[in-house]
Amino acid sequence: MKQSSVVDLLLLLLTIAVLATPAFSDLVLSKVERRIDVTSQFARVTKTLKVVNPGSESVSEFMLIFPKFLGNNLAYLSVKTKRPVANLSVKKADPKGIPDSISVYSVGLPKTLSKGDTLTLEVVATFTNVLQPFPEKITQGEIHLVMLQESSQYLSPYTVESQSLSIKLPNARIESYSKLENTKLQGSELKYGPYKNLSPFSYSPIVVHFESKAAFSVAEKLVREIEVSHWGNVQVTEHYNVVHRGAQLKGEFSRLDFQARPNPRGASAFRHLLARLPPRAHSIYYRDDIGNISTSEMQSDSKKTELLIEPRFPLFGGWKTFFTIGYGLPLSDFLFASEGKRFVNISFGSPMIDLVTEKLIVQVVLPEGSKDISVTTPFAVKQSREIKYSHLDIAGRPVVVLEKDNVVLDHNQHIQVYYKFSNINLLSEPLMLISGFFVLFITCIIYTRADFSISKSSPTYLAKLQWDEVLATLQEVQSIIQKCLAAHDKLEASLRDLSRTGDIQTCKAARKSTDSLLKDLSKELKPLQGFLQSSPSASHISPKVEELVVKEKELQEKLMAKHTTVVEGYEKKSSGRDIENRIASQQQKIIALRQEIEDLLEFIDEI
Amino acid sequence: MGGKSEPAKSESMATTTTSPDLINSSFFSFKSLKLKTKQQELLLRIAILGLVYILAFIARLFSVLRYESMIHEFDPYFNYRTTLFLTEKGFYEFWNWFDSESWYPLGRIIGGTLYPGLMVTAALIYWALRFLRFFVHIREVCVLTAPFFASNTTLVAYFFGKEIWDTGAGLVAAVLIAICPGYISRSVAGSYDNEAVAIFALLLTFYLFVKAVNTGSLAWALGSAFGYFYMVSAWGGYVFIINLVPLYVLVLLITGRYSMRLYIAYNCMYILGMLLAMQIRFVGFQHVQSGEHMGAMGVFLLMQVFYFLDWVKYQLNDTKLFQTFLRITVTSAILVGGIALGVGTASGYISPWTGRFYSLLDPTYAKDHIPIIASVSEHQPTAWSSFMFDYHILLFLFPAGLYFCFKRLSDATIFIVMYGLTSLYFAGVMVRLILVATPAVCLISAIAVSATVKNLTSLLRTKQKVSQTGSTKGAGSSKASSKVTLDQSQPFQKNGAIALLVGVFYLLSRYAIHCTWVTSEAYSSPSIVLAARGAHGNRILFDDYREAYYWLRQNTPTDAKIMSWWDYGYQITAMGNRTVIVDNNTWNNTHIATVGRAMSSNEDEAYEIMRSLDVNYVLVVFGGVTGYSSDDINKFLWMVRIGGGVFPVIKEPDYLVNGEFRVDKGASPKMLNCLMYKLCYYRFGELTTEYGKPPGYDRARGGEIGNKDIKLEHLEEAYTTSNWIVRIYRVKPPTNRL
Repeated sequence: MKQSSVVDLLLLLLTIAVLATPAFSDLVLSKVERRIDVTSQFARVTKTLKVVNPGSESVSEFMLIFPKFLGNNLAYLSVKTKRPVANLSVKKADPKGIPDSISVYSVGLPKTLSKGDTLTLEVVATFTNVLQPFPEKITQGEIHLVMLQESSQYLSPYTVESQSLSIKLPNARIESYSKLENTKLQGSELKYGPYKNLSPFSYSPIVVHFESKAAFSVAEKLVREIEVSHWGNVQVTEHYNVVHRGAQLKGEFSRLDFQARPNPRGASAFRHLLARLPPRAHSIYYRDDIGNISTSEMQSDSKKTELLIEPRFPLFGGWKTFFTIGYGLPLSDFLFASEGKRFVNISFGSPMIDLVTEKLIVQVVLPEGSKDISVTTPFAVKQSREIKYSHLDIAGRPVVVLEKDNVVLDHNQHIQVYYKFSNINLLSEPLMLISGFFVLFITCIIYTRADFSISKSSPTYLAKLQWDEVLATLQEVQSIIQKCLAAHDKLEASLRDLSRTGDIQTCKAARKSTDSLLKDLSKELKPLQGFLQSSPSASHISPKVEELVVKEKELQEKLMAKHTTVVEGYEKKSSGRDIENRIASQQQKIIALRQEIEDLLEFIDEI
Repeated sequence: MGGKSEPAKSESMATTTTSPDLINSSFFSFKSLKLKTKQQELLLRIAILGLVYILAFIARLFSVLRYESMIHEFDPYFNYRTTLFLTEKGFYEFWNWFDSESWYPLGRIIGGTLYPGLMVTAALIYWALRFLRFFVHIREVCVLTAPFFASNTTLVAYFFGKEIWDTGAGLVAAVLIAICPGYISRSVAGSYDNEAVAIFALLLTFYLFVKAVNTGSLAWALGSAFGYFYMVSAWGGYVFIINLVPLYVLVLLITGRYSMRLYIAYNCMYILGMLLAMQIRFVGFQHVQSGEHMGAMGVFLLMQVFYFLDWVKYQLNDTKLFQTFLRITVTSAILVGGIALGVGTASGYISPWTGRFYSLLDPTYAKDHIPIIASVSEHQPTAWSSFMFDYHILLFLFPAGLYFCFKRLSDATIFIVMYGLTSLYFAGVMVRLILVATPAVCLISAIAVSATVKNLTSLLRTKQKVSQTGSTKGAGSSKASSKVTLDQSQPFQKNGAIALLVGVFYLLSRYAIHCTWVTSEAYSSPSIVLAARGAHGNRILFDDYREAYYWLRQNTPTDAKIMSWWDYGYQITAMGNRTVIVDNNTWNNTHIATVGRAMSSNEDEAYEIMRSLDVNYVLVVFGGVTGYSSDDINKFLWMVRIGGGVFPVIKEPDYLVNGEFRVDKGASPKMLNCLMYKLCYYRFGELTTEYGKPPGYDRARGGEIGNKDIKLEHLEEAYTTSNWIVRIYRVKPPTNRL
């Protein structure tokens, strides 16, 4: 037995004996039924109290007391009345005259109890750390035994007329239990009582020593980050520091024994943790400091998503691990609007079943630009504010930090975070990205267009400028030649039309327009040629250009000659064959010239 | 008849040539958008480069898709750990970091014994991204550093190829290097190692130096010096640069290609590069004091002599007099240099070549003298198959490229030829140096591909024209007629060219397929997580390493000292966050030998050694259950050799039976009772690993073990991973004396 708890108990008994004048009203509990469920790692106590006020004074307050060693481990306490169903407010009280070894909670009654009134209270209390492993260290093969200390009599500041206690033990070995009068063990249920007419502050300690197969998984610290994105996602990231709080492993861990079939040894370890996530959870991941953990399974249906995760190694007593799970939830399931405000309505506690959290920190990250933030929680939590920077944030996102110690499954109730957010803020990040790229492209454009040379008079710079000019001129020459060639083609086309329709007039008109066009073009060509000749850096190109122009002229002449011949032939109404024979030689020359011109053009193109 | 058919033909041809213009005139809006040929070419080039840049990046992401975004292998874990430290604590803390978590009880001065280039690069990228408001995790930056730099390398390869040959060769080089397995093997996502940035730095330095030699510009030489500085800060392979560049300069001098451009480029690069390199603490004064760097200094002095001789030659007009002067100066310069080197070496001012350097020049040196170098698989001589595996078609494009280089010899091609030949020699000596040879092989092969394709296509193009002019019945010029005769001499030229082109593209596409296959199958495994196929074709992951390291991290005292073979040292410190005795930075051979000795002694002796080293846990890697062959038992002989190299008590023959290494009943008694054997096979004799085989059947070695009844006296099993790959033992405190 733990030394401290023994001292606690002795102290408690002593003070109860010493307690002289009760500072409490004269209520009487006509019937008390207590059920303690210790099938899991915590003790869940359900009490039904029938309260009668026999005195003359009306009472509006009811006191619940626990011995300190239980009170310190009280994780959750709720008091309800059955008719009408209502939750009663509970707060920790510190009345005078009560010794330190007792924790007192005061319950505000729904209506004052006047003389003779009765009221039935349903009390649910969850205690963590009350199942003490005993022995404290076991080997791999041994079974896990724990010990529960309680009182067979209900500790109360009021007189109890009738009471009973039943303890629900796991369906396994029971090593020993305190045998008092009226003690019965039925299967896995241990019963004490009923006991009648007990004076206030009656206390009779009992100890139950039994095997527990429950996972003693405790999160020493759990940080839940709930990030709300108005783009349609609520991202939940949970960082767990899990430890096995059962009896510590001593000696070897043998993998062979652990894996042995049919009798594996290592019953005290747990391998899995089950998380019950909200429905439609997606993009689930499970990792730790050093990477992804591949041992997890997921099942989902319309009601829930179940995630079974297996830590990297089985957890024996005293072993620790750290991991992170994360999942996305559809925003529409959790974000609502009321009275011009939006609110996130999301579960407070961890989705892990059978996990006790010693320190829970919930961080609700709201979108950048949220204002007027307020929080409502069903129970008291410590609140603070932070700023978090995420991708593309400038001002940072406001974070509501909620902290609570000793959290159990009963705390999985919804909290509401209210805030104001304008939809225009949604656009700020895409706009930032767009403007970023815009600036990038603009700088590129400016860089390629602008002239950044330092010395504007250096010979290389001048040469470069000149060369650019030469290239530009060349480009112009090329385009003009191309135009000429196009004009030639038009001429050829007109000839073809002529052979088809025999319309000499249109053909002549085409000739005329082409003539004038070609004249204009050759006029344009003149200054360019002159420039190329004068420019020193174009010295190796200008002969080619010269040649090109000469060839083009020649081609023009030949084409004109051919045109004239054909038109004349038609005017003379010569036979087609005759005309063809006449132009055959010209035709060959034209093709050859054309080829040469194209070669030259290609050559210039490659400069 | 012929006359009749010809005009028809020419007419049809005229229509075909006019058709583009007709289209343009009919869609006038397109005509204004039509780019000039130059612009078209530029656009194409940029588009290709952009695609290659992206391709190089995504080809390296197989491992992230197959596994996860994680750091691979061994050394990268150290780099990751130091980068994490750098980003958390800042540069000065990093620079002055004394790491007490490794080499217990000696510790390690991290800042002075690493190449910080990689970590600083990753940290700068990380800080830059944070500044741009991208709050990424440093791990992601580290994982993607290698692909990012591989992409940058393709750009450098393009410019380099452009410098030594032409743009076409540059583009081909960029494509080839983007997917070359020899490079990918060291630069997949997660392979966060020095080589990841070093190859980029290496190629950049070479490119800038060649550019400097080609232009004689101080600016490029300065750039090259900074490139060299980056290389020195990133990887020990910088020694290659500081020897290759002087060698190249020497060759140029001998072949009479000395020029003022060379003088400027080399002097600037050498002096500035040396001064900058001295800023790296790990290199320090080696530049002026170590034998490996003396070649560069010698060539530097020789350059001055050449310059001086040039000046004298200019002053003296008498050639005979100059010849005598030349002889005297050269002899005396060589004499003085030789004496200085001799005195320096004798007095110990100049350190002799290190073992690593020797082992590079002589492949058999390490095997006889430095077992710790020889024990690393990547330091083994390269097999032909791995050349084929890593280079594929480049292996025979390389000689072709050399041919083209010799055909068009210039300063730049001499450089690439020398780079290619020397690095290929080193690649033959050590497997891992295939990496250094890869850029050269890619560049030279790119020259071959580009030159071949260019020749073939030009052949095709001229052929068409010749046929056109040929049809004009001798009216063409003399040039055309010569082509006609050429055409007649090789009647199937056009078809041949087409066939060859198809062949080239077929080969290149095979290359692309091979590279993708190799990348996905061979080089994308993180080697931390092992994957296997199950009986039903499903994928089974063995994540035992991380399981064990994470167990150490969570469930051992924070000051626990872990003893393991040095291979796992970096991983234990990075993932397990615990102190190790030895790690992959094999700086202290004696310490490693001590661990090797402990592993190969019997339990009592080993216990003494472990007590003296304050060891709390011993970690061994064991593949007997899964059939994982690179475990500690298979590495055991190296432990014996390295241990025996320092402690002659350990003798290799004691562990062998008739020169054979075995673990079954026929094994030597020393083997059956050494610590490593006991730790690996503790309680293994009770386990049935394979159906139809006796218990204690070792699947990695395919035999039943010889010692099934192992009792441990001073150690106890602390943890064994689910597939038994990693086994951790706790060293018990000494029992109280009565």
